[in-house]
Amino acid sequence: MPLWLVLELTYKCPLKCPWCNNPVDFDKYRNELTTEEWKAVLREGRRLGALQLGFSGGEPMLRPDLEELVGEADRLGYYTNLITSGVGLNPQRLAALKAAGLKQVQLSLQACDSELNAKLVGLDVWAHKIAIAREIKAQGFPMVLNVPVSRFNIDQTEALIELAEDLGVEYLEFANLQYYNWAMLNRSELLPTREQLARSEAAVRAARARLGRKMTIYFVIPDYYDGRPKACMNGWGAIHLTIAPDGTALPCQEARLIEGVDFPNVRDGGLDWIWKESPGFQKFRGDGWMKDPCRSCDERAKDFGGCRCQAFLFTGDAANADPVCSKSPHRHLIDAALAQAAERGDACRAPLQMRARQTEGM
Amino acid sequence: MFAPDLPPADLPPPGLRTVIEMNPMYLFRWEEPQQAFVLLYPEGVVKLNGPAGAILGAVDGERSVADIAALLSARYGDADLSSDVLEFMETAHAQGWIRTKS
Repeated sequence: MPLWLVLELTYKCPLKCPWCNNPVDFDKYRNELTTEEWKAVLREGRRLGALQLGFSGGEPMLRPDLEELVGEADRLGYYTNLITSGVGLNPQRLAALKAAGLKQVQLSLQACDSELNAKLVGLDVWAHKIAIAREIKAQGFPMVLNVPVSRFNIDQTEALIELAEDLGVEYLEFANLQYYNWAMLNRSELLPTREQLARSEAAVRAARARLGRKMTIYFVIPDYYDGRPKACMNGWGAIHLTIAPDGTALPCQEARLIEGVDFPNVRDGGLDWIWKESPGFQKFRGDGWMKDPCRSCDERAKDFGGCRCQAFLFTGDAANADPVCSKSPHRHLIDAALAQAAERGDACRAPLQMRARQTEGM
Repeated sequence: MFAPDLPPADLPPPGLRTVIEMNPMYLFRWEEPQQAFVLLYPEGVVKLNGPAGAILGAVDGERSVADIAALLSARYGDADLSSDVLEFMETAHAQGWIRTKS
């Protein structure tokens, strides 16, 4: 059952984050679903049992029909989450979203100071983000402050916790970057060192002990530093369904980077067929597709072989074991990336390739 | 689904005479497709088993743990449920789903 439905309303975004999880060729997809098409997705998703709904992007605030879609989702009984950079959000639209039934806001923040934040997202929006965070709390929303973590901001862990406390958020999520799409292009600059990670984890542990119930801190580990893969999406086509701006239905937001899988589109078939029967969603369901070492691994029901996208990116075959697994014959590729990070130390030197429209000849 | 490793609750756990209210962060309701009561919160879902759903369904911000146990005993014709209800409330409190009043 797709408990989690994420609508990527648009790939457009005013920010230029060099770790964006949108496709590198995002500009190619311009035929966004219409308001009525999104509403049909909402109705069909609810019939399939979807409960949690994320409005994401790109920047979902760029859709002028966001309030209307939130209203429809709330009427259908979803728990509605807005996943935003905060750009385009103002007190009036926030009040309108509240009136439409929006339950929660996840706001991204990249640094605890304006200068680094501007460097990382390519726009001077830190002061606006802080002001809108206070407005979100003032209007009574529960809030997740989401920090995408890289070598650039990982040493601000403590300061970011203090800032989140001051803002009064209920949840602080340190989302260590996962390396796909834009993040993969910039991986050598973004990947933190093992020492940085250890310091950051220690700061989180200390804060959890100090804060108790006041604030919940999630810490998403960078899987490169783990010997076992993440239980990615709880398994392919198990509980998660993403609809991309052009209507492509995906088992995770990154999945369209896997070549050779035919992902269905909501313009061509109903969500019921897409979820239950389409070849794209059947492809890596269960464990029948697994090869060794996964096929005979006693942890396959726990981690489902890890991430299909990561397997494809490193090995060219999405049915291979996630290369972060120590049992994978490709683990040396991950270790090479870590060795490179260790060698470079924690200095941030090379220019980042910021998210931008691809130009001819690139 | 997120599985946060949560810190211990700040307040002492509930006793039989403690009045219980829902934590307003959590939405409690029946879900037809799941055939279960669920708790919804930012980016998360908890699917409740039958007894858990029945207990949380009786939480109204006025009843004590003992009141809720008595109500459920009467409804289901069971013997004294107070130790079961108290045990669940301790868990629910540790999870942050409920708050203690008074």
